[in-house]
Amino acid sequence: MKKHMLLILLVALFTASMLFAAGAQEAQTTQAKAKTTLEFWTWRPEDIDFYAKQIALFEAANPDIKVVQTALKNTEYNTILASSLSGGAGPDVFQGRAYGGLVTFADSGFLEPLEGWMPELKNYSANALLGATSPTDGKIYGSPAVSQTVFMYYNMDVYKKLGLSIPKTWNEMISNFEAVKKAGYIPLGNGAKDGWCLETLLGGMGAGFYGGSDFYNAVVAGTKTFEDPAFIRMIEQMKSLTKYMPDMFMGISYEDMRANFINEMSPHLIAGSYEAAFFKSQNPKLNFGIFAVPSEKATDPAYVSVYADMNFAMNAHSAKKDAAIKFLKFLSSKDFGKSMVTEMQMVSAVPGVDASADPFISRVLELQKNATPYLFLVGFRYEQPTGSSLWQAAAQGVMAGTLTAKQAAKQVQDGIASYYKPFKK
Amino acid sequence: MHRIQRSKARWIAFFITPGLLVVGLFILLPLFMSLYNSLFSWRQLIRLHFVGLDNFKRLLFTFPYQQRFFNAMKNNLYWFLSTTLIQNSLGLLFGYLLSRNLPGAQFFKRVFFIPVLFSIVAVGFLWGMYLKPSGLVNSFLKLVGLASLQRPWLGLEHLATPSIILVNIWRWVGFPSLVFLAAIDSVPQECLEAAYLEGVGEWKLFWKIIFPLIIPSITIIMVLTIIGSLNVFEQIYTMTGLDGAPNYSTDTIGTLFYRTAFGSIDAGSPEIGIGSAIGLVIYLLTFATSLLSVFVTKRKEVQL
Repeated sequence: MKKHMLLILLVALFTASMLFAAGAQEAQTTQAKAKTTLEFWTWRPEDIDFYAKQIALFEAANPDIKVVQTALKNTEYNTILASSLSGGAGPDVFQGRAYGGLVTFADSGFLEPLEGWMPELKNYSANALLGATSPTDGKIYGSPAVSQTVFMYYNMDVYKKLGLSIPKTWNEMISNFEAVKKAGYIPLGNGAKDGWCLETLLGGMGAGFYGGSDFYNAVVAGTKTFEDPAFIRMIEQMKSLTKYMPDMFMGISYEDMRANFINEMSPHLIAGSYEAAFFKSQNPKLNFGIFAVPSEKATDPAYVSVYADMNFAMNAHSAKKDAAIKFLKFLSSKDFGKSMVTEMQMVSAVPGVDASADPFISRVLELQKNATPYLFLVGFRYEQPTGSSLWQAAAQGVMAGTLTAKQAAKQVQDGIASYYKPFKK
Repeated sequence: MHRIQRSKARWIAFFITPGLLVVGLFILLPLFMSLYNSLFSWRQLIRLHFVGLDNFKRLLFTFPYQQRFFNAMKNNLYWFLSTTLIQNSLGLLFGYLLSRNLPGAQFFKRVFFIPVLFSIVAVGFLWGMYLKPSGLVNSFLKLVGLASLQRPWLGLEHLATPSIILVNIWRWVGFPSLVFLAAIDSVPQECLEAAYLEGVGEWKLFWKIIFPLIIPSITIIMVLTIIGSLNVFEQIYTMTGLDGAPNYSTDTIGTLFYRTAFGSIDAGSPEIGIGSAIGLVIYLLTFATSLLSVFVTKRKEVQL
């Protein structure tokens, strides 16, 4: 009898807790009815304050919509987003990747095609739209937000102190390295522990040696390969930079690289335009400028690598598309684009945004006159093994001295040729 | 009589069902789902059509999966061998020394076990910082006049995996130590006393009497080592990253599986079919080798 009582009590407890849980859920839905709540996800925990401010502006203009921001760790963002979206949940509006990263979600049917909702997308530059279009069906799945540029950051105070000027040839840059080395600095702050930082290094210093957009178009068309002598020579030049990199550069991670530049231990760093805001926030006294790594001859163009970075996208299965499109249009407005420029030091992809108010961004735009596509991301990140992963591993081998430039080039070429049709001819 | 048995059965069901549900939902279901998924071709995150064992064939016989898979397997084997050799022998040594009640045994028993309680991710993160070029380890080497031994521990292909394994041994050695200590302590005192009276030396005592009697614990530790070595993931993930950098030298089937099944920013789109196939291979390997090691050590067991 006693046992039965216990059983009944337990069952009663279980059912009661379920009742309460259901009640709590109901309370939530009634509240949501009064106000549409949009879930908005980003991979930029460092920008939470910026987005919170922008969301407040949006909510003031749209009092019936509430936007909840969730920022996830950059490297885990895709995985979490993919599992939520395939589970039928996930955010209504979110930051989406460009190129291959966009295609994963677009071809799976998780992204809403946007031309119908936002006819203004046709005014965007072709380069920006390339990163937001799926090559599978040619539809646009994202509203292009920003482009990123890879170049050389330099410390202007150190340059002034040592009487240096922006180099016009590769050799002048090397002699600048020698000069700052003599003065006790680490000439170039880059490291090689994180493979992707070597892709950045390639983006910053490579194009002048392999021949910029001409080479890019040739490898994409399959008329040249990565075993081209110019590309191999570029790898050798990259390796030659190791003597100016920090002691034990193979162990220098991305965070260490940034610290080297922010703490003024190194006056040079090859990195992307996305770093500028972080540099300023970490060391407001840091007086930095940028230049494009020069080619060997002063008459040859000094290239910077450019790529579309971020698209704002909408969940194809969102139940609140009308509200979501309002927020998406807000994120694609000129005002928002201007805030991206002035507060985030990012190059907005929204057409007609005036960037001249910000000297850093106008300098980036000036360097973009010799822009070339960011080689492996723009051209070869659609299938496995991606050009990026091949390059990153091979470049680590070169930097550590376990691979020669020739072997590395072959590794990249063979990997891409295993699936890339133009190389199979 | 029947009534009592029926109510007993009901009680057993009542207590077992929640556990079974958890096991079914979180262990058996995913296992069968990945078996199912591995038999299909995929377009990004969408399951397409049945392809039989095609994914396994691609994994084992075509570039680049084959290269990545066997490279990762080689590293897992390296993990297993060095963990068995270093960690488990050290564990046996520590367990034996602790059982001898040397001065400070109580203190060291606790000290050895403390790292076992740390979160694996926290250990990876902290040691990742200690092993930086300007980190604690290199600073210590410099302090004691061994500056020439300073290295970027996690950045060189031949040092990265050994460094991570050593960190893992540091974290985990307390566990086998304690298991062996408990086993040695449970060896009947009269056996040992009899041996002492016969004038058996410490060395012979250990190998001829203690060791055969603690084989069951050795079996357990071996099985755990095999499972642990095949499932290495967090240590790599926190210290050198998902790509098994530098140049795949720290890649294991765990990181390879994660990268392939879920994709990463640089490695590109997820390939769920191949990823599921890797997951299944991990499962089968763990199962088979654990079974084998139980079988092998069982035969060496001695009954008192």
